[in-house]
Amino acid sequence: MSKYGEKNIKAYGNNFTTMTPGPFARWMRTCLIWQFLRFIAINIKMIVVVGKSH
Amino acid sequence: MARLVVLGGGVAGHTAATFAAKWLGSEHEVVVVTPNAKWNWIPSNIWVGVGEMSKEDVTFDLAPVYQKAGINYKQAKAVSINPEGKEGSDKPFVTVEFTGQGKVGETEEVQYDYLINATGPKLNFAATPGLGDANGLGEFTVSVCTADHAVHANEEFQKTIEKMKKGERQKFLIGTGHGMCTCQGAAFEYIFNIEHELRKAGVRDMADLQWISNESFLGDFGVGGLHMKAMGFAVSSRIFAESLFAERNVEWTIGAHVNKVEKGKAHYELLDGSMGEHEFDFAMLIPPFAGVGIKAYDKAGEDITATVFAPNGFMKVDANYAAGAYENWKASDWPRTYQNPTYKNMFAAGIAFAPPHGISKPMSSPNGTPINPTPPRTGMPSGIIGKAVAHSVCDLMTKGESAHLHEASMAEMGAACVASAGKGIFTGTAAAMTIYPVVPDFEKYPGTGRDTDYTFGEIGLAGHWIKHILHHLFIYKAKLNPGWTLIPE
Ligand SMILES: Cc1cc2nc3c(=O)[nH]c(=O)nc-3n(C[C@H](O)[C@H](O)[C@H](O)COP(=O)(O)OP(=O)(O)OC[C@H]3O[C@@H](n4cnc5c(N)ncnc54)[C@H](O)[C@@H]3O)c2cc1C
Repeated sequence: MSKYGEKNIKAYGNNFTTMTPGPFARWMRTCLIWQFLRFIAINIKMIVVVGKSH
Repeated sequence: MARLVVLGGGVAGHTAATFAAKWLGSEHEVVVVTPNAKWNWIPSNIWVGVGEMSKEDVTFDLAPVYQKAGINYKQAKAVSINPEGKEGSDKPFVTVEFTGQGKVGETEEVQYDYLINATGPKLNFAATPGLGDANGLGEFTVSVCTADHAVHANEEFQKTIEKMKKGERQKFLIGTGHGMCTCQGAAFEYIFNIEHELRKAGVRDMADLQWISNESFLGDFGVGGLHMKAMGFAVSSRIFAESLFAERNVEWTIGAHVNKVEKGKAHYELLDGSMGEHEFDFAMLIPPFAGVGIKAYDKAGEDITATVFAPNGFMKVDANYAAGAYENWKASDWPRTYQNPTYKNMFAAGIAFAPPHGISKPMSSPNGTPINPTPPRTGMPSGIIGKAVAHSVCDLMTKGESAHLHEASMAEMGAACVASAGKGIFTGTAAAMTIYPVVPDFEKYPGTGRDTDYTFGEIGLAGHWIKHILHHLFIYKAKLNPGWTLIPE
């Protein structure tokens, strides 16, 4: 039985050496509370880079 | 009263013209020459290309905005520049050919005191046989480079969904259509938006998705890749890109120069010199970019295009074009003021300036075919450069010719990039990234060439929200709505 993401890895194919997310990492990507926090964090990081570039 | 003429009303030109008009007030004149009647927020063309937005959502009429800003708008394309004037007059001028305003085909000589060339790219479909016709709407492939192209791409995409619903398996080929392309990011967004839409339509298992690009590794994006901090490691973008491709079940072919496209088939050469072909039912291949082909003439009417423009058609600026081999490349090769070295009253901004060399490592196949991404000038650097150049020109106009020029080197600025991987208020995802600096500086940041405190990336719904908010924010800004100057480039 293959797990989510892992099922697409082709044995010895060109994607054989990569990493794939497990169910928790994937769930976090659309978890509203976590993503709201990330929204704030990413915005702050971007504002800092934008500020350094002007 | 002096006159600034801005060629091109895209990201760099619109930014330059609108800031110049604001800073100069009615003391001086700003003229914009651009062939399009509408402004286009190009990044959202990806969503038009999958039917998630309409052309109207990503464009607006330029005329009322320029009227509000006091800008003299000529819906025309620049054909040639005479930076020394002509016999009987020392006044430099641009020859333009109208594409609208009831004067289609008419030409006019527009004199200038200062010129900003922000004409962006020529979408050079002709570089690859079969890639597209002069309008880019090829017989065999689609494009998302303009809003109209994206509308057409979506029409073709919807047809494939109908076929899959009827049980017909479909092959998608998406990526770059030549060995010297840039803009891999746009193709990356498109393939993952296609994948997302196929899942939404319930036909993902009927589709085979194939990526093809000139990058030597996935995640190069024309900037030689980037290292991002994750889980306590500095991780190459290659790992994250490969991970996403594996997760979404997208096959990849990299280091590829697509050399011919036929109905349902793309032929390519790989970095190892081998040849191959991919069959497809639907293909979106980004064309290579070149300068738009403006000519330059001296006072006597002699052709001086090679003095003003690099062989690829982009305008020469204060870059070091003699860096030579890749081992000699330095961050300081990159331009700072974007002033033309021969004619000091001419500047170039955005994609229109000639970069000194690539950012990704140059490579070629044993057959001598160069296969490597050319350097991107994405939205944020294009906007920042446009603003810096406008600032310089305004100072030259108001303070005199000895005024200090403003600087915006891509080797000292960062960029924020949000690459959509699917649209949806609760189901969408995007890779949000910052990169600092855009051009790696291996002297300042040995090893990765970048400051990993300010170079990061992650994929998630938050990135999609940011991408969607930026869509509205930048259109709001470009329309010069109240507070527009507070929104950064
Ligand atoms: C599908 C797609 C998605 C993208 N997504 C992103 C993204 O998510 N983030 C990002 O940062 N960047 C993105 N980019 C890149 C971004 O669009 C460019 O970096 C940006 O548009 C460059 O600005 P520019 O002003 O140099 O060129 P443009 O915006 O292309 O403007 C050039 C202007 O010059 C005009 N012109 C052409 N010829 C002439 C002539 N002869 N005379 C006068 N005017 C002329 C054109 O009509 C146009 O208005 C994307 C690009 C594409 C194609």
